[in-house]
Amino acid sequence: MVVQICIGSSCHLKGSYKVIEAMQRHVKENGLEEAVQIKAAFCLGECTRGVSVRVDEGPVESVQPENVRAFCAARFSKA
Amino acid sequence: MRVFENNVQLLKHKVLKEVARSAFQGTLERDLPSIPERIIQGPEAETRCCIYKERAIVNERVKLALGGDGDRKNNIQVIDIACDDCPVDRYKVTDACRGCLAHKCLAACPFGAIRIIDKKAVIDPGLCRECGKCAEACPYGAIGENQRPCMRACKAGAIRIDGETKKASILEEKCVQCGACVYQCPFGAIMDKSQILEVALELGKRRAAPGGYPRMYAVIAPAISSQFTYAKIGQVVEGIGRLGFHSVVEAALGADIVAWEETRGVLSELAHKDFVTTSCCPAFVDHIRKEFPELADRISTVASPMVATARLVKSTDPQARVVFIGPCTAKKAEAAQESLGDAVDHVITFEELQALLDALDIRVEECGEGLLDNASYYGRIFARSGGVTEAVLHVAATLEPGRELAAYACDGLEECGKMLTLGKMGRLPYDFLEGMACKGGCICGPASLSHGKKDKNEVDKYARLSMEEDVAAAVRVFGCLQGK
Repeated sequence: MVVQICIGSSCHLKGSYKVIEAMQRHVKENGLEEAVQIKAAFCLGECTRGVSVRVDEGPVESVQPENVRAFCAARFSKA
Repeated sequence: MRVFENNVQLLKHKVLKEVARSAFQGTLERDLPSIPERIIQGPEAETRCCIYKERAIVNERVKLALGGDGDRKNNIQVIDIACDDCPVDRYKVTDACRGCLAHKCLAACPFGAIRIIDKKAVIDPGLCRECGKCAEACPYGAIGENQRPCMRACKAGAIRIDGETKKASILEEKCVQCGACVYQCPFGAIMDKSQILEVALELGKRRAAPGGYPRMYAVIAPAISSQFTYAKIGQVVEGIGRLGFHSVVEAALGADIVAWEETRGVLSELAHKDFVTTSCCPAFVDHIRKEFPELADRISTVASPMVATARLVKSTDPQARVVFIGPCTAKKAEAAQESLGDAVDHVITFEELQALLDALDIRVEECGEGLLDNASYYGRIFARSGGVTEAVLHVAATLEPGRELAAYACDGLEECGKMLTLGKMGRLPYDFLEGMACKGGCICGPASLSHGKKDKNEVDKYARLSMEEDVAAAVRVFGCLQGK
């Protein structure tokens, strides 16, 4: 699973770093290093709904530092 | 509205805009022959002997706007027919010479170049070495200095004047492509080769199929803060997006990365080197390689902010096409270096950006405000002289608190040369030397839109607006991505 997190200006201001940090922590704590690859992107085209996140070739989703833990729990898996 | 500072800038703008407009419309081939006539409409000639010469000069400008002669590597080119054969003799005795008794000029000249003919001083151009002692000595101030503006501007000593034709030419072995002569020639007879055509053609494809690949990324130099005086930076960002760019990224983010890496490099390399220099200004780096080759190993091995930002973009999107936009002509040469591979696909200047915007009638002052915020205060102040030094000292204090680092920032090739001469003699009293070829730093770059008195405070004000407070905060995301 490849997870792209936007670090473009708009998302950066809305907390990309916090989202990435929380995702990395989740990956480490749950031993998902092999299954989940976290990558940065410069703009996923949904600047007004940041922080923009895209899992594989799926739709662009909106994740905030406040709900990133729930997002990871629901979406990240070993498969 | 954009106000042009002078007619040279305006003429260059018209040529670039016409080329870009035709490229966007896909009518370049048809339009090319008529561009000179469209720009020089006549019937009266404005600056040259006739409109036909004016059009011939415009035609040469068009060639450079299209990219110029590929066989000539240098991006800075003299337009021979536009070079107005300015006076060659730097010192001349004027009518103010009173034919006095003392003849202090005669005594002052170390080269015996002054003779007294009919009671008045005459300088023999064959003997004169242009030291200026006679002009200093004359109590009447009767000896005038009249140096060609291109020669006065070129602190690399790369301008030569042909003895017979009196035309200027550029010595490739000295030229560092800083562009000072481009800006200083009052006839606009020296111009930088442009990549505006390729950029317009690629943007045209993206505009025809929005969302398509490869995506175009604009990497903007922080010197932008003092450029579009008639609009906000956010509006310029929005305008750049409307050109067809997928995203606008600040080169200052690369500068933060550079500040971090460079400081680490400096702190460790000082164990076996007497000093280390910056590598962000390509003209300064080239000047070291050409005039002080023995100091080449003192140049920081860290990539420039332009290259660091471009590589970062390409690490997230391997197909990305990166266009760097800045005030600098030397960046065009830097990006073309083989050792960098295809990190940066094109380099255009602020002048060329303005031409692209005008070619599509995008008025930035009417645009909404986009966002541009990735870097820290320190990354942004790279745009002005002293900024890199401030950033490096700041990172050094973070990495090794208490360690003393003697740093000095020099701007203008002349001062850089003086410091490098000291370095060559082993007498430079600093550990770290920041070098910028342009006086004042990038904000005074030759391809700026406004060359007015650049308030360094303008850059600092912009720098303080960034969300991230320091270099560590700006670069932490990359460490985190690598799982550190």
